[in-house]
Amino acid sequence: MAVTEIKQTNRLLLIGSFAVALPVLAAQLPEERADAMYHLYDGGGVTVSGPSILVRKQFGESLSASANYYVDAISSASIDVVTTASPYTENRTENSASVDYLYGNSQMNLGYTSSEESDYSADTIHFSIGQDLLGDLTNVTLGYSRGSDEVRRNGDADFSDEVTRNSFSLALSQVVTANTLFALSWETIADEGFLNNPYRSVRYLDASSPTGYSFESEVYPRTRTSNALSARLRYHLPYRAALSGEYRYFTDTWGITAHNTELGYTHPLGDNWTFDLSYRYYTQNAADFYSDLFPRVQSQNYLARDKELSSYSSHSVGFGMSYKLQRESWKLLDSASLNLAYNYLYFNYRDFRDISQSEAVGQEPLYELSANVMRLYLSVYY
Amino acid sequence: MQATTLSAVLLVLTSLAGCAVEPWVKPYERAKLADPIMSFSRNPVAESYLHHVYQAREAARGAEGGQGGGCGCN
Repeated sequence: MAVTEIKQTNRLLLIGSFAVALPVLAAQLPEERADAMYHLYDGGGVTVSGPSILVRKQFGESLSASANYYVDAISSASIDVVTTASPYTENRTENSASVDYLYGNSQMNLGYTSSEESDYSADTIHFSIGQDLLGDLTNVTLGYSRGSDEVRRNGDADFSDEVTRNSFSLALSQVVTANTLFALSWETIADEGFLNNPYRSVRYLDASSPTGYSFESEVYPRTRTSNALSARLRYHLPYRAALSGEYRYFTDTWGITAHNTELGYTHPLGDNWTFDLSYRYYTQNAADFYSDLFPRVQSQNYLARDKELSSYSSHSVGFGMSYKLQRESWKLLDSASLNLAYNYLYFNYRDFRDISQSEAVGQEPLYELSANVMRLYLSVYY
Repeated sequence: MQATTLSAVLLVLTSLAGCAVEPWVKPYERAKLADPIMSFSRNPVAESYLHHVYQAREAARGAEGGQGGGCGCN
């Protein structure tokens, strides 16, 4: 019997891993460092883990290059998988490289990322240019990236489709006072192509089925444009500690509006320890064409039952600790740090039902999801 | 159109770079701002991973502060 696999949003793509800090103060190259991280996501029947290695090296006074190797090893028995398909395991490998160039008060960045898995390939190029203004108290950075993806379906050699993605961003960072930094960021992303999941289904009322419902393939529009605007603030307290705040507003052409807000606190202890605490709240409404249970087969042109397109809110509580090592006897290294960061995530879905529970159709309990997210990494500075 | 608008914004802002604005926070007053705990991206690898998790679990995307063109999730 053919085993139907289902892949869903938990394919953790990381197109955006250039990870260059938003320039604050004078235009400067990112510091030379190398990071080796082990990451783990465990929640909702999905486990994703793997390494991430980032190395950054400076050449002369004005050139810096970085390379990142990243792996997601995915084992999925998520709610979609257990209700409509079979658990699966898969690996995704991502490689990226970027170059930063400093010219006077300007900084340029050029990057490339390639991601590969059995049924999805993604290539992205990125370019940004930043400029310090107004006595180096302000930095403005413009960015553009373009992604070209190929979507395939395992077990179906005839299926192949494409996605292209253009992103424009504008970021402003500002020294407000001797204690306060502020950053404003806007990004618009336009996708075109096969944007749904080739494995996922929606359900509809079907009196002829023993369960009262049946499944059909989801159908998304072939275009999507989104806009996001975020504001972030960091404040140095009178003693050595920092408060941070963030808010983001998001809207897209699928009818989704989302808000998230985050508060953070960073507290060094002695010369070696740094502790971080954070809380983040996120909420969104559903896409126009989302339904947990459609009234009949092919009831409308576009159909989605992806819980990430439903209406829900989530909470994330984070804790981090870092221990810095520094020895005079070290010849090649300036310092090193050992870091552990943990987040507890909780998602509360408002119109996505847990159909693994046996209840009358449309009366199943609403789905909830909690996840543990861990990062353990060693950073060395040279 | 969007690229044209952005180019115009960049041009205007770049032209301001030459203006002789007196910085209201003097260079010698920026010690606290230069403290690593004030960085918006102190741990780039770990932070970009967490953004990646959020992108996979949420419909919202973009303006995360780092660079990139969205999640690419489907």
